Amino acid sequence: MQTPAPVDYARATSVADAIDLLEKHGDEARLLAGGHSLLPMMKLRLARPEILIDLNDLDELRGIRIEGEEIVIGAMVTHAEILDSPVLAEHYAIFREAEKVIADPIVRNKGTIGGSMCQADPSEDLSAVGSALKGSVVIQGSGGKRTLALREFHEGPYETKVGDAEILIEVRFPIRPGAGSAYEKVERRVGDWPVASAGVFVVVSGGVVTDCGIGLTAIGAEHFCAPDAEAYLIGKAPTEENLAAAAQLAADACTPYADQRGPVDYKLHLARELTLRTLRKAAASSQGA
Amino acid sequence: MTAVEEVPLSAAGNPIGFGSMRRVEDARFVRGQGNYVDDVNLPGMLHSAILRSPHAHARIVSIDAAAAEALPGVVAVITGKILEGIPRPSLLGDNFAWMPTLSYDTQAVLATDKVRFQGQEVAYVIAESRYIAKDALELIDVEYEILEPVMDAKRALDAGAPIIRDDKGQTDNSITDVHGNKTWESGNAESTAAAIAAAKADPNCVVVTQEIMYPRVHPAPMETCGSVSYLDKVTGQLTMYTTTQAPHAHRTVYAMVAGLPEQKIRIISPDIGGGFGNKVPVYPGYVLSVIGTIVTGKPVKWIEDRGENLVSTGFARDYHMTASIAATKEGKILAVDVDVLADHGAFNGVAQPTNYPAGFFNIFSGSYDYADAHCKVTPVYTNKAPGGVAYACSFRITEAAYVIERVVDCLAQELQMDPAELRLKNLLRPEQFPYLSPTGWEYDSGEYEKTMRVAMEMAGYDELRREQAEKRAKGEYMGIGISFFTEGVGAGPRRDMDILGLGMADGIELRVHPTGKAQLRLSVQSQGQGHETTFAQIVAHELGIPPEDIEVLHGDTDNTPFGLGTYGSRSTPVSGAAASVVARKVRDRARIVAAAALECAPDDLDWELGRWYVKGDRERGKTIAEIALLSHSSLELPEGVEGHLDATAVYNPPSLTYPYGCYICVVDVDPGTGQVKVRRFIAVDDCGTRINPMIVEGQVHGGLADGVGMALMELIAFDSDGNNLGGSFMDYLLPTAVECPDWELGETVTPSPHHPIGAKGVGESATVGSPAAVVNAVIDALSPFGVRHADMPLTPANVWRAIQGNAMRVDMAIE
Ligand SMILES: Cc1cc2nc3c(=O)[nH]c(=O)nc-3n(C[C@H](O)[C@H](O)[C@H](O)COP(=O)(O)OP(=O)(O)OC[C@H]3O[C@@H](n4cnc5c(N)ncnc54)[C@H](O)[C@@H]3O)c2cc1C
Repeated sequence: MQTPAPVDYARATSVADAIDLLEKHGDEARLLAGGHSLLPMMKLRLARPEILIDLNDLDELRGIRIEGEEIVIGAMVTHAEILDSPVLAEHYAIFREAEKVIADPIVRNKGTIGGSMCQADPSEDLSAVGSALKGSVVIQGSGGKRTLALREFHEGPYETKVGDAEILIEVRFPIRPGAGSAYEKVERRVGDWPVASAGVFVVVSGGVVTDCGIGLTAIGAEHFCAPDAEAYLIGKAPTEENLAAAAQLAADACTPYADQRGPVDYKLHLARELTLRTLRKAAASSQGA
Repeated sequence: MTAVEEVPLSAAGNPIGFGSMRRVEDARFVRGQGNYVDDVNLPGMLHSAILRSPHAHARIVSIDAAAAEALPGVVAVITGKILEGIPRPSLLGDNFAWMPTLSYDTQAVLATDKVRFQGQEVAYVIAESRYIAKDALELIDVEYEILEPVMDAKRALDAGAPIIRDDKGQTDNSITDVHGNKTWESGNAESTAAAIAAAKADPNCVVVTQEIMYPRVHPAPMETCGSVSYLDKVTGQLTMYTTTQAPHAHRTVYAMVAGLPEQKIRIISPDIGGGFGNKVPVYPGYVLSVIGTIVTGKPVKWIEDRGENLVSTGFARDYHMTASIAATKEGKILAVDVDVLADHGAFNGVAQPTNYPAGFFNIFSGSYDYADAHCKVTPVYTNKAPGGVAYACSFRITEAAYVIERVVDCLAQELQMDPAELRLKNLLRPEQFPYLSPTGWEYDSGEYEKTMRVAMEMAGYDELRREQAEKRAKGEYMGIGISFFTEGVGAGPRRDMDILGLGMADGIELRVHPTGKAQLRLSVQSQGQGHETTFAQIVAHELGIPPEDIEVLHGDTDNTPFGLGTYGSRSTPVSGAAASVVARKVRDRARIVAAAALECAPDDLDWELGRWYVKGDRERGKTIAEIALLSHSSLELPEGVEGHLDATAVYNPPSLTYPYGCYICVVDVDPGTGQVKVRRFIAVDDCGTRINPMIVEGQVHGGLADGVGMALMELIAFDSDGNNLGGSFMDYLLPTAVECPDWELGETVTPSPHHPIGAKGVGESATVGSPAAVVNAVIDALSPFGVRHADMPLTPANVWRAIQGNAMRVDMAIE
């Protein structure tokens, strides 16, 4: 049994209440969503907040809905809900493909998209999905709400632009008719964090790529994306040669480090290989294959 | 000495003898009603926690525990200095700071001079709750002077390498065993060298040499280690609830370590949540809980957390092997030589028979017929946790089976011969048994070719090879791997085998109550093997008492006779034989009583299951239950029976038993990512008589999962600073159901000729035999890329690197 350090606990009754509590307790407070990143760190005493502010009663942060041209996912929506969502599946295969390989059912039943984004683990799968789809987040503080592109959200490993007394309330994704999307992850064992993952969307129209997004995680891609590779593809036919060239550019955007998941040369290879595989799949799907 | 026959069923539907029946113990386990050490809570019990070293090698400059002692709820803080001040009335070192290991080395209970591995015990806190104890650990201020660690075993013996065991006055990092040897050799060095040299010079022969590492892995039982100790100051009785696979041996060790009178020590090993060898050694934590109760006068509980278990308790393997195999070009194996560098960590804490410091590794000559074999093992100290023999290895037969099965595949590749054909050419033949191996083991029985053919048949071997060829033509990479292993289990004959001087024979006691129900008292301790079921079936087989009427008691040294415990697949070969022998003693007594009751001579009676009857008159007889009551009645008992049927026995095995098997694994490899999928796994085991085939299959399932885990993901590596890179289940990967295919099991039954019921151990067969099958399959898949070997674990990165011709060194951090 692991034993966290002493900690206080409060259950927020509304987003406003949660923000009040955050303001009252300053930077010693931490929000508790699914707890699947925070609690393990506390048990290992790597994190030792003085008080936890539990968001689990906040129904206002739940639910997946369409608003105009966007899909909106509440911060407290769980991995399992994303995996099972027909709305998401209809627009983007990438969600289901990514969620199938995130952690295990136990973690997916509790872990949330808000927690995943705010944890900002450099290997977070949903960060690659969010970056690939060029989503945005809505952040709320006592001063009101602000919206931020996900590609500007991360400040570095485990650091985001969410302030001490702010809450991420939802994640938004533009709907792109005709887009194909895909996700591929290499893990050492089911439920393990990625050695590398790539997720993309591609819109092919008139035989050429008109829009695309490439997300990468665990391999040191800044903001989890590969803009040069995306730019390269625009206006080009999705041929094997072009996709491979884009995949190489995606790998060039990565600066992985060696760890027990693999050496640098392997991770760079995976950046290329997984980008290529997902691009192929997404392009084919956009073309109705 | 028969195989499974038709057996009658009891009223409860259980076989009165051998056959599949549900496990008795599962009734409590599936209801969450097991009773594990952490479930034990005694009145007034205190909790404790251990401060562990963050460094692999450092001098302790000072320890300041004042702040921890001042924390409300803390009862005591104990350091190595304090233990050093407690004189020990025993021969095993003169104070409590050090304790003996099971290999006659010394190990620090709490570090005094230096820490020698990351995770080593430095201080011990006793407090009112586990939380307070852990809080207090953070308040202990230890000043370390960091020393250069020895992390690469291959550099441990370099001149100028830092000396780890300066406490023993060592001038290098070599290990000297209790016999004074620094290397352990077996087989015939000269004849093997000569055979290999001759083969090298002979154009009709080949010699293949391969470096093969079996990396450090950890048994990682679901339940971590722990104990609740209570010394009653009034009676002087020490009661210890503890996670041990060997309660009796541990009692003796505590008597020696703590200087307590052995008759006052009671070890209770309640339900054990997995052992795999991890719970054979005596760990500092156990000893500290004893010291804790001595100091406080209260019961003290110590339970490891997961990280502590992974970084500090008995690891397994860590053998750097170089194997040379010589053969004719037709594939007749001539000789095998293996040179091993054995990483034992900072203390030589290997648990194994004294005369076998490298365990039974020298059974590496395997299942093949050739005359010349030799191995040399050089053990070294490194700044890593101690251990070495654990994880269902049958005393290092895992390493042995792996090295021979791997190098045989290397030979097949060199000869461009099908690995099945090569094995069939060399397998020992039935008429060679009992077979004396070139390293001195006497294999009891086997029909190897038959077993291999069953496995090939089940696999559809030829069809698989055809499929592989078709796939290769399409650029798809499937691999087929074979492993044929032989184990020697059931340690062991007391003349030759002991641990810390305790001969490896097992006692047993059978009581038959007046109503004909029985209690069997075992010395061995189940950690999930199903002893409560299997042992009842053995007695049922011998006496005809339904298994549900036989209570199997184990795990409490006050209620069971002495024996060496459960590990090395020894329970069935040793205690299982004892159960049979003691039941036969009861049967013989019953015959005398029955004869008195039936007014005839014992010789006039014949036995049928559960009953003695008068020869030629089947109607006139007495059942065991009737005889049991008679034995307590006013019936005048003849000489030879004092008044009941109860009996005791000690079984000293005449030899080991030699289970074996043939495993075939089919994998698909994605060369673009290096990912391996185990598609099929066929396991044909021959463990002699199967007492409970369902339990046998369960043991094999578990072992196969272990094998897939070791082959593909499990690893404890270290970085050059000495950090353990496998210290959590995020880092130390255990296989899940997803990585395991539907196991396809088969069997042949070749009973052991010297075991009373012909059974051989099977608890570790699958762990021993399966890693090679998986690795051979992966390498087979990669052979078009020119890959001949890559070390376990074959993670995606390692497989991809192997394809690039650059397989990784696995024991050190990936760089
Ligand atoms: C065994 C295991 C395996 C895993 N494998 C993977 C994997 O393969 N891939 C992967 O991507 N992830 C993986 N994860 C992580 C998992 O996805 C986590 O659930 C997720 O990272 C965090 O979500 P959570 O809701 O549990 O967050 P929590 O742990 O509750 O919170 C995480 C952090 O975010 C903050 N936070 C939470 N919600 C908000 C909010 N609304 N606004 C502001 N801050 C907030 C918290 O204060 C905390 O600092 C794994 C986790 C485990 C335990």
